[in-house]
Amino acid sequence: MRGGNAALGAAGLAGFLALGEVVPRLGLVEEDYFPPAGRIAGALGEEVADSAFWTALGDTLTGWALGLAIAVGAGIVVGVILSVVPYLREATASTIEFLRPIPSVALIPLAVLLYGTGLRSVLLLVVYAAFWQVLVQVLYGVRDVDPVAEETARSYGLGTWARIRYVMWPTALPYVMTGVRLAAAVALILAVTAELVIGAPGLGARIAVAQTSQAVPEMYALIVVTGLLGLLINVGARSVERRALAWHQSVRGEVAV
Amino acid sequence: MRRPLLRIVLVFALPAVLVGVWWAASAGSEDVYWPPLGTILRTFPEVWTGERWRGDVLPSVLRLAAGYALAAVAGVALGTLVGSRRRVRAVCEPVVEFLRAVPPPVLVPVIMLFAGIGDTMKILVIAGGCVWPVLLNTVEGVRAVDPVMAETARSYGITGVARLRDVVLPSAGPQIFAGLRQALSIGIILMVISEMFAASNGLGFAVVQFQRSFAIPGMWTGILLLGLLGFVLSVLFQLVERRVLGWYHGLRDASRRS
Amino acid sequence: MLDVRGLRKVYEGSGRRTEAVRDLTFTVGAGELVCLVGPSGCGKTTLLKCVGGLLAPTAGEVSLAGRRVEGPPPGLAFVFQEYGRSLFPWMRVGDNVELPLKQKDMGRARRRELVADALASVGLADAAGAYPWQLSGGMQQRVAIARALAYEPEVLLMDEPFAAVDAQTRADLEDLVRRLWRERGITVLFVTHDIDEAVYLGERVIVLSASPTVVREQFEVGLPAERDQVHTRVAPRFAELRTRVYEQIRAAKREASGAVRKDTPPLR
Repeated sequence: MRGGNAALGAAGLAGFLALGEVVPRLGLVEEDYFPPAGRIAGALGEEVADSAFWTALGDTLTGWALGLAIAVGAGIVVGVILSVVPYLREATASTIEFLRPIPSVALIPLAVLLYGTGLRSVLLLVVYAAFWQVLVQVLYGVRDVDPVAEETARSYGLGTWARIRYVMWPTALPYVMTGVRLAAAVALILAVTAELVIGAPGLGARIAVAQTSQAVPEMYALIVVTGLLGLLINVGARSVERRALAWHQSVRGEVAV
Repeated sequence: MRRPLLRIVLVFALPAVLVGVWWAASAGSEDVYWPPLGTILRTFPEVWTGERWRGDVLPSVLRLAAGYALAAVAGVALGTLVGSRRRVRAVCEPVVEFLRAVPPPVLVPVIMLFAGIGDTMKILVIAGGCVWPVLLNTVEGVRAVDPVMAETARSYGITGVARLRDVVLPSAGPQIFAGLRQALSIGIILMVISEMFAASNGLGFAVVQFQRSFAIPGMWTGILLLGLLGFVLSVLFQLVERRVLGWYHGLRDASRRS
Repeated sequence: MLDVRGLRKVYEGSGRRTEAVRDLTFTVGAGELVCLVGPSGCGKTTLLKCVGGLLAPTAGEVSLAGRRVEGPPPGLAFVFQEYGRSLFPWMRVGDNVELPLKQKDMGRARRRELVADALASVGLADAAGAYPWQLSGGMQQRVAIARALAYEPEVLLMDEPFAAVDAQTRADLEDLVRRLWRERGITVLFVTHDIDEAVYLGERVIVLSASPTVVREQFEVGLPAERDQVHTRVAPRFAELRTRVYEQIRAAKREASGAVRKDTPPLR
């Protein structure tokens, strides 16, 4: 069964690539706008040979990883504090509900004014977008703590720190991992956005340059790279999440984001 | 009597404190980038006059609505098709996984090639970015229809359109809405950046104009307005979701209580 | 009314063959209430799904009123064990009962009438506007029964419908099935693993062997048509039948565990 699915998937992929080759060749779409898959592959080959490409990839990854790390760290710390201190959760609920849906791209002009095209501009956008994903999942996770386990821990005289360490954290971990997975995807989107719109160095900026200089195959090649990067991040995050979930007995559906 | 009062205090206390702190900290600020909150709020009605609402806010919101609606319809339709056929699903999966992993903002330069910088481009960009979460979640939801429910439908001769309308889509509803929710935040992002990238009107365009011309309080009002728009759309979404998926929340509460 | 001849079902999957049902032949007459009882895991559900046209048999055939069953036949209604998953939680009780009727060619007024009548029959006339998950388990199963009744079937198939409800509710539901059967003259095929339930409900009991399933024995119950939970269950005839069925089932289990388990039986 699995082998069959993989074969069908490979066939689908091959069909997709063939379509990408044939459609522009037949003139169904303008070749200038949508070069055949072969030419995109050629452009990709040239990119890979170019050291500037690797610098750009490194810049994008730096912005992504740093932003994600800050967002995850801050999300976990804030989430735990909000859950542990009495009344803090209720007091912050309305504020969180208000701040969370604010699109982080609204901060682009501010980022440009404050930090220009530097890494900090990217980080501002990435952290703002990714932070809420983690925070909200941490809050969900802590709410899931079994009251009986909590009571037991209390009755054995475990202190606040020990309760966080041995009761709250293990329960919340799978949720945190879901948060990290969602945040990782969002962080990449925002990192590329910042580069594309603000011009911070990275793959996004390179795409913008390729676009303005009419280097269409290069542009598509770079887009393919961002897609592969996204795919890698998704697959990696999902496998980490699955491992974190494996030992966790609770079966739960995806929490809507 | 104490509880409702406490709740009201808890809901409004922190926002009031935050706004108060912002107000106090920025009052008399000489820093060009951080104008006093008082100035920003005074500028707000001056900037967002009827003209701007008609010329910038409305076009933005309409484009978002059109792109989002397009994505929702296409995503649910394609997702249902792909989800209910095992082979089609297996063929499409790797391609769809790749396409949805492409960060949506890079669609802007691509679609500009085809559709120029007009409304069509922006609507297509929004639709092209929003469609993936809807599509993937619909596929998952349709695939996961409970086998007992599917057999019930079959044994009572509920097939074709009726099966789709009364059984498959409602059952996939919670998952579809999770996708629509993700799509909404992506849609807002794309609305803003497609306008920042290339436009002659719209919210994103206006905000960038303010920033480029160093109309800093104006820029701040734009940021506030964008934030407000995000919040309002999210509240609207929740209202719709509560209505459409009322049964689902009831069911979940019921099974949690037992 | 219902004819099952030489029914055999073999599941094939990932290189393993599992014979669930080996060779089953029995009939259910029009207007009869027959209980199928067998040890747990004896392929009862497989059998019922073949009868209901939800599964295609590997060999043999099922015919309903002389017509061969090749898909879910229109004159047949199914009541599943998992009431919670068989009712659609996004529809109110009335809509759940009405949904199958929309596939039939009938006017709105007639549909409404059938729904109201069916819900009244199961004692849930007031519940039409509620959602299924607002009701208790027993009430949900009543809704599922009402849905089957409103469908006006010739044959009603019930797959361990009361296995998941508490004992008190179960007794009430058993009496409900007896009453509806007598009032409406429907043919009922009732599958259960509960021996007492089979004897209490049925006019005839068919005892099945362990999987791969064959018919071990069948007998007429011969208890009076008017039954009640208190007196019928202490009647000498009830005890006698109960013991007989019990012995058959125990023997079936012994044979199953004594025999070498083979997932791949030799081909005939």
